[in-house]
Amino acid sequence: MMGEDFVRFSLAPLLIGALAAMACALPGNFLLLRRQAMIGDAISHVVLPGIVVAFLLTGSVSTWPMLLGALGAAAVSAVLIELVRRIGRVEPGAAMGVVFTTLFALGVLLLERASLGNVHLDVQHALYGNLESLIWLRSSGWASLTDPKALATLPEELPRMAAVAGLMGLLTLIFWRPLKISTFDEGFARSLGIPVRMVSFGLVLAAAAACVAAFDAVGSIIVIAMLVCPPATARLMTDRLATQVWLSLAFAVFAAVLGYVLAGYGPLWLGGEDSVSAAGMIATVSGLTLGIAALYGPHRRRDEAGEPQAL
Amino acid sequence: MNLAARQEDFARAQVGTPSLGPAPLAARGLSVSYGVKPALIGVDAIFPPGRMIAVIGPNGAGKSTFLKAALGLAPKIAGEVEIFGKPVDQAYGRFAYVPQRASVDWDFPTQALDVVSMGLYRELGLMGRFRGEHKRRALAALERVGMADFADRQIGRLSGGQQQRVFLARALAQNADLYLLDEPFAGVDAATERAIVEVLKGLQAEGRTVVCVHHDLATAREYFDYALLLNLRKIAEGPIREVLTVGDLQRTYGGRLTEAQLAAFGAPGGAGG
Amino acid sequence: MEILLQALTLRLGHNAMLATLGAGMFGLAAGASGAFLVLRKRALVSDAMAHATLPGLALAFLLMAALGGEGRGLLGLMLGSAISAALGLLAVDWLTRRTRLTEDAAIGAVLASFFGFGVVLMTVIQTLPFGRKAGLESFLLGSTAGMLRADALTILVGGLIALGATLLLRRPMTLVAFDPEYAAASGVKVQRIDLAMMALAGGIMVVGLKIVGLVLAVAMLILPAAAARFWTDRVGRVVWGAGLIGGVSGYLGTALSAIAPRLPTGPMVVLTAAAIFLVSMIFAPGRGALALWSARRGFGRRLKLRAGLLDLAQGRRPSAEAARELRRAGFLSAAGEATDSGRAAAREAAEDESLWARAREILPPEALAGRDDGATPLRAALTPDEWSLVRGVSA
Repeated sequence: MMGEDFVRFSLAPLLIGALAAMACALPGNFLLLRRQAMIGDAISHVVLPGIVVAFLLTGSVSTWPMLLGALGAAAVSAVLIELVRRIGRVEPGAAMGVVFTTLFALGVLLLERASLGNVHLDVQHALYGNLESLIWLRSSGWASLTDPKALATLPEELPRMAAVAGLMGLLTLIFWRPLKISTFDEGFARSLGIPVRMVSFGLVLAAAAACVAAFDAVGSIIVIAMLVCPPATARLMTDRLATQVWLSLAFAVFAAVLGYVLAGYGPLWLGGEDSVSAAGMIATVSGLTLGIAALYGPHRRRDEAGEPQAL
Repeated sequence: MNLAARQEDFARAQVGTPSLGPAPLAARGLSVSYGVKPALIGVDAIFPPGRMIAVIGPNGAGKSTFLKAALGLAPKIAGEVEIFGKPVDQAYGRFAYVPQRASVDWDFPTQALDVVSMGLYRELGLMGRFRGEHKRRALAALERVGMADFADRQIGRLSGGQQQRVFLARALAQNADLYLLDEPFAGVDAATERAIVEVLKGLQAEGRTVVCVHHDLATAREYFDYALLLNLRKIAEGPIREVLTVGDLQRTYGGRLTEAQLAAFGAPGGAGG
Repeated sequence: MEILLQALTLRLGHNAMLATLGAGMFGLAAGASGAFLVLRKRALVSDAMAHATLPGLALAFLLMAALGGEGRGLLGLMLGSAISAALGLLAVDWLTRRTRLTEDAAIGAVLASFFGFGVVLMTVIQTLPFGRKAGLESFLLGSTAGMLRADALTILVGGLIALGATLLLRRPMTLVAFDPEYAAASGVKVQRIDLAMMALAGGIMVVGLKIVGLVLAVAMLILPAAAARFWTDRVGRVVWGAGLIGGVSGYLGTALSAIAPRLPTGPMVVLTAAAIFLVSMIFAPGRGALALWSARRGFGRRLKLRAGLLDLAQGRRPSAEAARELRRAGFLSAAGEATDSGRAAAREAAEDESLWARAREILPPEALAGRDDGATPLRAALTPDEWSLVRGVSA
C-alpha cells in the first residue's frame, strides 16, 4: 500500500475525499443546530435538474457549466423553499419535500428529453461520483510531490476541492460570531442589527457551493452524509461549539479515509476480487461512527433543564 | 373646538412625519397582525427616560408583541416606532433586548460566559479580537447577577432562574441606555426575582430606562414606577399609581380579576372610570 | 388533443388503461396516507424510509441469487425493501429518542448512511455475472417505460390495501395528527399509531418504487397533502382532499405521458401534482397566498384610514401613512386639508369609536373577541340585538 502505487492510485482520492468531507461538514455544523440538516438532501436532489438545464443551455458536458448549473439550481431551490415556507406557510420539512421532489421530477423529465442526442448524462456518476478514478497517473512515488511537472497533472478536482474547503474554512472564521448568535437566539441577533435572513441564506448558499463542488468529485451520497453525520457525531461528544466544529472535521476525515480504505481493500481481505463503491462506504462509515457516538458519546443526552441548584 | 382651525394648523406644518420626540421609546398607531389576526391595535405610547416601566395586560394582550414590534421583530401592519427619536435601525447599540427565555434552544452547545460575550458583538464586530478586557467585562456582568461561578457551565444545565440571569448579564454587557425585557420573571425562583429586580433598579439609578413585560399585578407597584396597560389596545399609560386603578384594570382584564385582586388596588389608586 | 382525450377515457389499449388506473389508485392511496405524515410534520421521514429501502432491496437480490434464483423476484425484493425501510424508521426513532439529536438530523443521518450502504451492496451486485441488469437508475427514477400488466395489478392491489388501512385507522390517526397530547390523554397509543402511520407510508413507498421511483414516491406522499392543506382546516377534509388530488394527479399524469414519447410517467404524475400544489398555494380562497395577502393589505389600509380619521376628528396631524390613505379615499386634499367628506367621515369614525368604547364596557369580552379588530365599524361587527343594546345604553 505504501510507495509508488499508493501515491499514484490512492493519494489523490484520499485527499479529495477528505477535503470534500471537510467542506461539507463545516456548514453542516450550523445547519444541524438550525434544524436544517435536511437541506443537504434537498440540494443534492436539485443538482440533477441543474446539470440537465446547464447541458440544454450550453450543449456541452464540460465541468464548469455543470457546476454553475448545479449551483444555480441549488440557489433557486433554497429561494423556493423559503417562498413556500413564507407565502404558503408550510412547515419547513414539507416545504423542502415539495420543492426538491418537484425539481427532481422536472430534472428526470428534462433528462429524458435531453438525451435524445448521443450525449448521455450519467446519473450514476452524479449520484456516487467516481472517487476511485481520480488517480495521479503521472506520479512516480513521493518524490513527485516536489516535482512541478508531475504536480501539474494532479486531477483537477484536487485543487478545486482544496479551494472550496479553504473557502468554507475562511467563511466560517469570518462569520463565526453572527452565525453563532443568530443560530442560538434569532430575536436577540436581530436586535443587534445582524441581518439574520442574509446570514441564513448565505449559510444555505455556502452549503450549496460545498455540495456542488463535492458532488462533482465524490458524488452526492457523501455530500448528504457529510453535511449531517460528522457534525451530529461531534455534537454528541462535546458541549462547546468550537470543539464541535473541530471534532466534526476530524470525524469527516476519519470517515473519508477509513471508508476509502475499506472500499478498496475490504473486499480483498474478505476474499473478494473487486472493490466496492468508496462513496457508499464513506457514507456507511460516517453513519456507523454516529451510531457509536449515540451509544457512548459523553454528551449524547439532552440535559434535563433546571438541575436543582442552591444559589 | 373648531376642527377647521386645527386643520390649518397641521396643514402649515412641514411635510413628512416629524419625529415622535427624543423619548427612549415612542410609538404611534402601532398595529401588529399575524396574518389578519390583530395582535396589537393602534397603540400610542411615549415612555419617559430613567423610569422602571411595566407593560401589563392579560395573556394574549400583545405585551410581548408590543416589545417585539418596537424593535422591528414583529410584523407591523401600521404605525411607527422610534427609539431615542430614531427608527430602530439607526438606534442599534443604544438598547438591549432580553427575549423570553423559552424562545431559544437551551440545548445549544455554549457556556454561560460565551452567551454573555454575545452582548459585546456590536463592539467586537465580525473579526475584532476578544481580549482579556472583554472577558473581564463579561465576567463582571455575570458577577453582577451572581452567576460568576457558573461561567463555564453549558447553558442547558442551568436552572430556569440561572438562565434568566445569564440573559440579563448578556444585556448588561451591552451597556445600553434602554433595556427591554420580555417576561424576565416568568418561571424563575424567588431569589432570582429579587436579584433581577435589584440589578434593574441599579440600572435605573444609573439613569437608564428599563421596560419589562410583566404579568404579576401583585408586585407591579413594588417594582415599577410607570406602566402601559394593554389589551390589544392601549388601556392606560402613566405613572403606576395613576394607572393601576380598579377601572383601568377592569378594562384591561375584563372579568378575569377576582374581587380580592381588585380590592388590593382600590384604596391608594383612587377609584377610576 | 384527440389522443389526450383517448388517453383520459382509457381507450389507448389495455396496458395503458391498466397503467392509468393503477397510477390513479396509487396517487389516491399515497395522497390520503401522506396527509397524516404532513399534518404530523413528519413528511421527510418518508424520504429517509424511501432511501433506506435500497440496502434491503440489494440484500434480497443477493440472497435470492445465492439461493439459485435470478434475484429479480418482485415479492422478495418488496419484502427486502420493506424490512430495511422499517429498520431505517426504527433507527430514526431511536436516534431522536435516545440522543439530543433532533428529528431532521436523525433523518439525514439515516438516509445517507443506509443509502450509502445500499450503494456499496449495489456495486457488489454489479460484479456478479447477472447483476448488470439490476440498475440503480430505475430504482431512483422509476421504470420510464410504460407499466406492465403485472406492475399495474400490483399497484392496484397494493393501493387498495393501503386505502383500506387508511380508512380503518383514520380516527386514531386523525387524533394523533391533530393533537398528540390530547390523543395520549384520551388513551390512544401515540407511538403505536405513529409507527402504523409510517408503516402505511412505507408500504405505499415500496409499491410506488417500481413505477415512479424513490424520490417521486416521496413526492406523492407530500405534494397532495400540502396542496389540500390550503383548501381546508379540517383534518378529515385534508385527508380526502389529498387522496383526491393524488388520484387526479396519477390519472392525469399517466394519461399525459401516454400521448407523446419521452414523457416518462413518474415525473408527469409528480409535475401534475406540483401544478395543483402551486395553484392551490396561490389561489386557494382563505389560506391561499393571494387571499391572505390581499386580506392583510386591505386590513392594514383600513387600520391606517381609521387612525387617520380619528386624528382628523381630534385635530391631530395624521401620520404620513395615514395621510396617504386619507388622500386615496378623498378625505384629504393635496394641500393636506380635510375635505367635506373627510370631515363627515372623521365625525362618523369618532362617534363609532365612542360606541365601541361603550360596547367594550357593556358586552362581555368573549363576545367581542375576534370581532374587535380596530378597523370594523361597530354596526358591522355586532348582531342587531347587541347593536340596539349598545345604542340604547349610549343614547
